[in-house]
Amino acid sequence: MTSALWTHLIKDLRIEWRSKDAINSMLFFALLVVVLFSMAFDPRGPFAQQIVGGVLCVATMFASVSALNQAWAREIRHQVLDAQRMAPTPGAELFLAKVIANFLFVTIVQVALAPVFWVMYNLNVQGQAWQLALVLPLGTWALVANGTFFAALAIRSRNRELLLPLILFPIFLPALLAMVVATTSILTGESDPTLWIKLLLGYDIIFTTVSLLLFDVVFHAE
Amino acid sequence: MKKLAIGLFAALTVALMFWGFYQAIYVAPIDAMQGEIFRIIFYHVPSASVAFLFFAISLLGSIGFLSWRRGKPDWAQAADAWALAGAEVGVVFCTVVLLTGPLWGRRAWGIWWTWDARLTTTLVLWLIYVSYLLLRRFAAGPQVQTLAAVLGIFGALDVPIVYMSNRWWRTQHPAPVFGGAQGSGMDKSMLGPFMWNMLAWFCWGVLVLILRYAVERQHQKNAAREAQEALEANI
Repeated sequence: MTSALWTHLIKDLRIEWRSKDAINSMLFFALLVVVLFSMAFDPRGPFAQQIVGGVLCVATMFASVSALNQAWAREIRHQVLDAQRMAPTPGAELFLAKVIANFLFVTIVQVALAPVFWVMYNLNVQGQAWQLALVLPLGTWALVANGTFFAALAIRSRNRELLLPLILFPIFLPALLAMVVATTSILTGESDPTLWIKLLLGYDIIFTTVSLLLFDVVFHAE
Repeated sequence: MKKLAIGLFAALTVALMFWGFYQAIYVAPIDAMQGEIFRIIFYHVPSASVAFLFFAISLLGSIGFLSWRRGKPDWAQAADAWALAGAEVGVVFCTVVLLTGPLWGRRAWGIWWTWDARLTTTLVLWLIYVSYLLLRRFAAGPQVQTLAAVLGIFGALDVPIVYMSNRWWRTQHPAPVFGGAQGSGMDKSMLGPFMWNMLAWFCWGVLVLILRYAVERQHQKNAAREAQEALEANI
């Protein structure tokens, strides 16, 4: 934790605190996805328990893309991005600050959505509920770390808003699978999610490390 | 000289493919368990091997580009051309795998598709490299090579994770025919045709790969010449 990371992190948190753009749009978008899925799949009875994990993860995934696109697009105005490129600090710190900020935003959205799920899907957790506090942050980190990285990559292209989900989702697929299977097995209590939590942890470690190593390459690509 | 060599190689490849087709359809006996439908293995397995090999070439090209882009720009350009050619031709062969697989599955399993480890891994691999090609199309300017190389490395890193996760999830694909457990392996009468087809499709893949590489190199040279001309015209 160095001063550059703190500066970036506090700046992003302050912008979000004043505008609340990311959290508001994500929250509403995620709510829409939940309602859409409810319409499409008619979750009543035990079926609700089977799909709710998937709905939660997919809703988070779609919602966070809208915020992640903004994460870097916000910096383009007034040439902030160019200024950050010239700053004599490692890009990895900037990247990590962005990831932490967006991780906090997505987590807030998930916490806010939890009661909605509780009510709409008649949740009752059959497995060990504390494991959810492990699965959801790990999965969210996987999503946000990769998403922030690919958003920085997509920002250098035409139709950047379109490109981010196209390159993020294929890479994110195994983490999504692990997140969904782990959440479902905790909710239904039918199987042990330990293996999937380990997979998520491994995915997080591998991709966060590679992102930190390669971020400067992408950030300074010319 | 180079053109003559490629021409000879192309002629040899076409001859091999005719020979492979003859071997697969007329020489190999009908499978005792599966009947005629098993002949898809002569196209399915070689295409899968070639696709995986070319994705590996693409990964090496990406790594090469990133490590040489500062010191040896010429090498880096060649590495990038290999990365693009490998990904593009690999996607074509991967598509063949994904098309021939369901044809066989419908007869053997009774279903077109199942979310099994290897099927899902191949599909995700295909998706990753299609997204790689999309990035190359969408991102303009000179930075596209760097961005694509980074995405290529990310995609390749994902493959083992996808495979492990799906193996834990569910598996239905037949166990490896070669080098697997007891009772695996082919009858000798089928092994010959299989090897001929492996060779034929491998040569065909390499031929297309080389042509695609040559086209990309020419494209790079044209772009560099145009940039040079534009620079000199200003002076």
